[in-house]
Amino acid sequence: MDKTSIDRRNFLKLTALGGGAVGLGSGLTAAPASAAPVETKAKILILGAGAAGTALANRLTDRLDGAEITLLDPRQDHYYQPGYTLIAAGLKPSGYSVTKTTDWLPRSVNWIAESAEEIDPEAKTVTTSGGTKLDYDYLVVATGLKLDYDAIDGMSVDLIGTNGIGSVYAGPDYAAKTWAAMDRFTDEGGVALFTRPATEMKCAGAPLKYTFLTEDYARRKGNRGKVEMVYAAHNASFFSVPIVNEKVRMLYEDRGVKSVYNHVMTAIDPGRKIATFNTPEGAVELPFDFTNVVPPMRAHDVVRNSPLSWKTGKWVEEGWVEVDKATLRHTRYADVFAVGDVAGVPKGKTAASVKWQVPVVEDHLVAEIAGREGTETYNGYTSCPLITRVGRAMLVEFDYDNNLTPSFPGVIAPLEELWVSWLMKEIALKATYNAMLRGRA
Amino acid sequence: MKELTPGMMIAVFEEVFGPFVFWAMVLVAVAITAAYLYVLIRDRSMSMRKFLLAQLSMPVGAVAAIWFVQVMTHSGISDLGGPIDVIVYLAVGVVGAIGMAILVYTLQSLIRGKPQPRW
Repeated sequence: MDKTSIDRRNFLKLTALGGGAVGLGSGLTAAPASAAPVETKAKILILGAGAAGTALANRLTDRLDGAEITLLDPRQDHYYQPGYTLIAAGLKPSGYSVTKTTDWLPRSVNWIAESAEEIDPEAKTVTTSGGTKLDYDYLVVATGLKLDYDAIDGMSVDLIGTNGIGSVYAGPDYAAKTWAAMDRFTDEGGVALFTRPATEMKCAGAPLKYTFLTEDYARRKGNRGKVEMVYAAHNASFFSVPIVNEKVRMLYEDRGVKSVYNHVMTAIDPGRKIATFNTPEGAVELPFDFTNVVPPMRAHDVVRNSPLSWKTGKWVEEGWVEVDKATLRHTRYADVFAVGDVAGVPKGKTAASVKWQVPVVEDHLVAEIAGREGTETYNGYTSCPLITRVGRAMLVEFDYDNNLTPSFPGVIAPLEELWVSWLMKEIALKATYNAMLRGRA
Repeated sequence: MKELTPGMMIAVFEEVFGPFVFWAMVLVAVAITAAYLYVLIRDRSMSMRKFLLAQLSMPVGAVAAIWFVQVMTHSGISDLGGPIDVIVYLAVGVVGAIGMAILVYTLQSLIRGKPQPRW
């Protein structure tokens, strides 16, 4: 071995990172930054400064010269959402996931800290919450999604952290409150009830991970005997990818997690600690001493009520943007794209998907401006470091067709609980995410 | 994985440590390596005496490296789940050992100065 290359500390990180960068889906890497920027006066309006909007703004800034890029987002804080699970596992503080929106935006981009009130793709305008009417040549919808807690009777985010109610998704502070509730529960014991909604959702692996983590903590504390674990699946499976579903089924069996199928939570009674579910047999009540509420997810009203959302098919109610699943271009309005959670495509509501989607939109947008045809396509790539206990995870990667798409075939097995996959989640993913935000990964 | 460019890896490293710390660490690594090469060239030979102490320090480096990784990642040896885990675990130890050996050898050479020829 070459003695002269790297010192110890560097190597440690390199070891974890070598794969970590890939864990987040190293897929489409930075576009040819060396290519000369395309000169244009185009007005590009991006709705949303989350992972997708910010990454795209940075990349377009590099690729276009003279474009007027405007970002619309009222939120001052940027949230690293893949970190919520680690916060809710007591491994990171809530500040781990919080940065400032301005930390990531290029100077040349015009950020308006307002939300969108109305989208008119015929007139090519967007009206802001401040009443300003912005016109655009190209619109990119990257508004993320809405956590619809109101759709669960009796549920409100104020309940998180009380009465054994947790909800990892609600935000960094709520993830921390969820940890406090889970920590208490695994000290005291009782019934832990885990759910997921029947809508499309971001990171469908997250509810599974949190079930594993709760079980792991109960076991580590020597209280596994006092804890009953129940997972209520919304349909007949735990996970949409069959081969992964089967693996999770085996692991749940191994860990003693009981499961019920076709249970969709409709109401929660914090006082009685009872959750009500819609099932084929009618309403069913299940008790809990601790639960991780995962609310139904939909597009924000401004998108759902706009002409951009799906008008036919299964997503009318959820309101995702009707885009071509390969190009992410709107099927009815050619100057509109959607990227990230709000895109109406069958998979891909994760940060790893964003990493693959953004270069596709960038390619088609820049090509159009340059008078060419875009060539990049999105294959549905999604990555989920499925934590199965503190210290181990399965690096599950898949595409639209439910094929596994391992980044290291034959080296890092996707359906094996590995320490290496855990290292990636813990150390490398956030760094890769940040590099992605800057348009560099 | 379609592509993993060096530029992207550097971007990721900069995000892990912050640009300043990352490049400072690169400089430290380069400096230690340069110092090692310097003493080798200056002395025109490996001193087996110094190399012995360097070798004795290798297990310390290996254990320290593995300990560092485990503490940083809230994990332990019982989390090793497959062949790649064992390979990475051992590789961390090996690199820690070699890094420590280079460091110890170089420090000895720099502190004790050029050896006097005994013949």
